[in-house]
Amino acid sequence: MSKVMSSFPKAVSDIRDGASIAVGGFGLCGIPEKAIQALCEQGTKDLTIYSNNCGVDNWGLGLLLANKQIKKMVSSYVGENKIFEQQFLNGELEVELTPQGTLAERMRAGGAGIPGFYTATGVGTPIAEGKETKKFDGKTYLLEKGITADFAFVKAWKADTLGNLVFRKTSRNFNPLAAMAGKITIAEAEEIVEPGELDPDEIHTPGIYVQRLLLGTDYQKRIERRTVVTAR
Amino acid sequence: MKDKRIAIVKRAVKEIQDGMNVNLGIGMPTLVANEIPADFNVLLQSENGLLGIGPYPVEGKEDPDLINAGKETITTMPGSSFFDSAESFAMIRGGHIDLAILGGMEVSETADLANWMIPGKMVKGMGGAMDLVNGAKRVVVIMEHVNKHGESKIKKECSLPLTGQGVVHRLITDLAVFDFTDKGMMLIETMEGITIEEVKEKTAASFTVAPEFAEVK
Repeated sequence: MSKVMSSFPKAVSDIRDGASIAVGGFGLCGIPEKAIQALCEQGTKDLTIYSNNCGVDNWGLGLLLANKQIKKMVSSYVGENKIFEQQFLNGELEVELTPQGTLAERMRAGGAGIPGFYTATGVGTPIAEGKETKKFDGKTYLLEKGITADFAFVKAWKADTLGNLVFRKTSRNFNPLAAMAGKITIAEAEEIVEPGELDPDEIHTPGIYVQRLLLGTDYQKRIERRTVVTAR
Repeated sequence: MKDKRIAIVKRAVKEIQDGMNVNLGIGMPTLVANEIPADFNVLLQSENGLLGIGPYPVEGKEDPDLINAGKETITTMPGSSFFDSAESFAMIRGGHIDLAILGGMEVSETADLANWMIPGKMVKGMGGAMDLVNGAKRVVVIMEHVNKHGESKIKKECSLPLTGQGVVHRLITDLAVFDFTDKGMMLIETMEGITIEEVKEKTAASFTVAPEFAEVK
């Protein structure tokens, strides 16, 4: 059966209320624009989202927030979003702040069948509250749990029809890890080629982690902070 | 840029040695990049997945797929590499980054750092700061010595929630430079025209003056 689908609405149609989704992207860089938009149109509610950030007010995961589809966010940084602040203060939105490296490793571990791991990150801080600790060679570490999610949304640059993925520059970020953490990973790519057309040495995410693959077009790729120097 | 910040940035760049892999935090630490001597081979790490950050792009050459951790458009240096976020933090948490220069809200005399949340204000998140302070080989914090009310940001104990406990190696402010050692917090330098008495007066934390103390000119 081919992994390639042509309809984003169909690709997200079995995501039910209360589902958990791991989402790739850092800020607005490398976000799965098309799957997010399809889920927004579908209106699925009470979602738990694992993502480093939560978009901006009118783009990315911010669209799902504005539509009140998210119940809980697990993120490292959510400072770009006013709707987020309102919903959090109203008690409509639950937030679990997780250090960025811990979040990345939790997704990787979950996808690798590792239920938990110890890290020094967060020891002695508010995020250590309620977490088990263990000493190794006299130093204290926190137990952090691996993340698996019902679904994952990832955005690749190139893919082949078997779901092998190649990412471009810093748009890779959390995408390979979200792909590992998702039980059903929905990947979107700017170009899809036949098997054999990608060099096996250049593949970042093997197709085994990808269950559904779609071609995305007309990506907006919004820039949050345009910083330039003037040409001399 | 305010004079205070210029002085801090100029002092902070002296922490960087040729050949280092360095992570610069968002805000004032990012400005340190502009001061790195041109003949140094230094690779700057961006925790969203790049080792070898280059300058901002020429207008019209911005690439939305190429940003730094502050979400700014950037370029790459020759010899740079891209990787995913788990790999990025393996570098950080595994002790492969030689130096992290980070901003601070408060530092305690026992080398605790608070730089991610103010109770009562909306929490934005810690991003990669907690990973960096525990993982980098050396952590240097740069910040203004006192807050806008004139109160010392260097405390006996931090009043704000911590980013890390006992993690700061060196603190650089607009008045002085301190090291955190087995013997406690030590004043190692004062900025030009600043006396030890003035530093003592404006510092809530207790510290000793290091034998190698000097005034920065």
